[in-house]
Amino acid sequence: MSLTPEIGGAHVRAVHDEFHGDLLEVSMGPHHPSTHGVFRMIVTLDGETIVKLKPVFGYLHRNHEKLGENTTYLASMPYTDRLDYLNSMSNNWAYALAVEKLAGLAVPERAEYVRVILAELTRLLNHTCLAGFLMQDCGCSGTPLMYAFREREKILDLFESLSGSRMMCNYQRFGGCRVDPPAEWLAGAQRLVDGYSAFLDEFEALLTGNEILMARTQGVGRLDPALAVSAGVAGPMLRATGVGHDLRKVDGYGVYPRFEFRVPVGAHGDTYDRYMIRILEMRESIRILQQALAGLPGGPVMDPKAKLRGFRPKAGEAYGRIEGPKGEIGFYLISDGGPNPYRYRVRPPSFINLTILEDMCLGHTVADAVIILGSVDIVLGEVDR
Amino acid sequence: MSDAAPAISQEERDELRRHGILLTSLEELYNWGRSHSVWPLNFGLACCAIEMIAASMARYDIARFGSEVFRPSPRQADLLIVSGTVTKKMAPQVVRLWNQMPEPKYCIAMGACAISGGPFKQGYNVLKGIDRFIPVDIYIPGCPPRPEALLHGLVQLQAKISGQAITGPDAPRHLRSDIECDCPVPEFGAHDLEPPQNPAVWTPPPSLVRPDKA
Amino acid sequence: METVEQLRDRLLARFPGASVTVISNPSPSAQHSLLLDHAHAREIALYLRDEPALKFDQCSNVTGIDWPEKEITETTKVTVPDPAGGPPKVVAQTTKRREPGYLEVVYHLYSLALRQGPIILRLRTGNRADAVAVPSLTPVWRSCEFQEREVFDLFGVTFEGHPDLRRILMWDGFKDHPMRRDYAEPDDYEWEPTPHGDVLAKAKKHYPEKPAAEPAKEAKP
Repeated sequence: MSLTPEIGGAHVRAVHDEFHGDLLEVSMGPHHPSTHGVFRMIVTLDGETIVKLKPVFGYLHRNHEKLGENTTYLASMPYTDRLDYLNSMSNNWAYALAVEKLAGLAVPERAEYVRVILAELTRLLNHTCLAGFLMQDCGCSGTPLMYAFREREKILDLFESLSGSRMMCNYQRFGGCRVDPPAEWLAGAQRLVDGYSAFLDEFEALLTGNEILMARTQGVGRLDPALAVSAGVAGPMLRATGVGHDLRKVDGYGVYPRFEFRVPVGAHGDTYDRYMIRILEMRESIRILQQALAGLPGGPVMDPKAKLRGFRPKAGEAYGRIEGPKGEIGFYLISDGGPNPYRYRVRPPSFINLTILEDMCLGHTVADAVIILGSVDIVLGEVDR
Repeated sequence: MSDAAPAISQEERDELRRHGILLTSLEELYNWGRSHSVWPLNFGLACCAIEMIAASMARYDIARFGSEVFRPSPRQADLLIVSGTVTKKMAPQVVRLWNQMPEPKYCIAMGACAISGGPFKQGYNVLKGIDRFIPVDIYIPGCPPRPEALLHGLVQLQAKISGQAITGPDAPRHLRSDIECDCPVPEFGAHDLEPPQNPAVWTPPPSLVRPDKA
Repeated sequence: METVEQLRDRLLARFPGASVTVISNPSPSAQHSLLLDHAHAREIALYLRDEPALKFDQCSNVTGIDWPEKEITETTKVTVPDPAGGPPKVVAQTTKRREPGYLEVVYHLYSLALRQGPIILRLRTGNRADAVAVPSLTPVWRSCEFQEREVFDLFGVTFEGHPDLRRILMWDGFKDHPMRRDYAEPDDYEWEPTPHGDVLAKAKKHYPEKPAAEPAKEAKP
């Protein structure tokens, strides 16, 4: 695929109808069992081959940004839980980081470690669920998703015992974390992390070398690295194409520079690589978790000078971003000195990752489009906000 | 039948059952069969859908209550679980799905958003409760409700189905010819849905206006 | 990485005639931005993307901001000579001026190749009513495609040169731009028994009139 300077990718492919005969336009979604929520694609088919695919958004547009401008900085924290509702802890961190940049707040060391532990647990949760849903899309109905949700429940038990809620944790604060994890909680997290490798081995024995999975996913939905960079693709999607870009290494936010871990990079940029990258990332997450749990320092988890109620940062703006499980999740905040942000913008990774959905699907069949969409890993709460 | 029902008391019936004699009525048998095989529509909207999936997975196992058969097609489903925020852009599709489901059909509003808009109530594109367009049988509060709460809602729905008469003025919609089952599908307008609610199922309740304190 | 001022000087040297202004950011994040003019925006963007020393190959975030017209009251102290010959008086003068409103589009650029960033570009429209066009940067960075459509949908900025400028989040027949500050949402708070102040205020408009208070009972003799 060539990138011309005028059009940065393939927007319009001329379809010669005299060659293709009658084209069929199919509307997949917003109610479709394979679209991961209320996503809709208008697919133009030549036989069973996709010649055009236009995503339609907005069926879960819940006005997150408008609400963020009408509430205080602190009151937006629970809303960030509901952006990407599988990864509330990561969303909390990205928002807290942006506010900390805006107001120049410091975070205690213990809180930074706790954030890393929670963010990596979230990554395990997200990638496990993704693998389960992807297999569901491939037609492997039930078993892998059951396994994935069994592990998810274990992680959610940890989240619930720490924050009081299974999914909507609302745990992090600008300037630290809400409560200090007690020793029993840390012991429980250690047990989970110790046992997770065995689960991944079991999962991989079931799937990774599976001939049907390989036949179904290898070579499907190839993504060109240059196009991926131009289209703002981030996270495991980008790394599957061979671009070794991970904000945990590049920005080195939090205490990530203290941990030893590798960034897995794919070679083909196809659906199988996107699946493998997630499995390998989970293995690295386990390494980070082991190091973070072993090195967790004492001290407070909240900056004693941080002021949550009546918080009014000085006028200015800040963009803060972290490496979420789905890619770069960022918050762009403008303060006019008031209690509410003047502008509150979410940079949603799964929305921007969908920019190249059409490019990946062209020339494949409808059944392939389903698994390509599954491998993009979208959550509609974040796509439409 | 319901008119002649209490000819034999519940105690006598239990006593007979202990002796191996099972007495039932057509109404009971019919409702027993319906209430224990409620097939939900495989339809997720937002956050609550993840908890709905969790309810169908190994730990919570909705199959214990006969509802594990999530049908992708509304033509085969008995239960619409509105699991998440209904936006104005999505509302016509939800109503259309409801109309496509054959009677007898039931609706559960799962979570704060489906009930009233929830935390997103003030959004310009958020419908303030799906009960403005379709009749809702069970409301499950929570943001999101835990899977146990969904199971509890399902059990409540089963109890509701079991109590339905099959003749007379209290009979459910599908056994009567004088009730229109379809709900009008709203259109996209220039600023809002048109109409913004279905007056046949929802009007603002005036009696609940609280007098201001002096 | 170069500072914003160095980058501005480099751009001005490369594109004579272009207008590049540094918008400083007083917050501790110190993420300053560059305001570009419409005529050179796309050339400058291409230069930022392709110049080997810069290589801003990813446009991470695109967003709009609405700055409505506002009235600024300035108080200045002016020394007025006393006509009677006494010592000059210091008089506070209040001047009011109206600052015209505009819409702004913000682009956050990062370089994956050189691992640097962000560089923040800003484009401003002439006003909020009829001169709402800015050049589209989708031909430079593909990631702008959906995000510019979102800005068009929610703020009403039109992007010249965008390949497929349609509404993306709201439906096609929708007329308003809901992220603007003066957007009035549909009034559908007919009944909300809530302690939430804003919602209750909106709902109360629909409450029926209170029944007239009963006449006070006469005191018993």
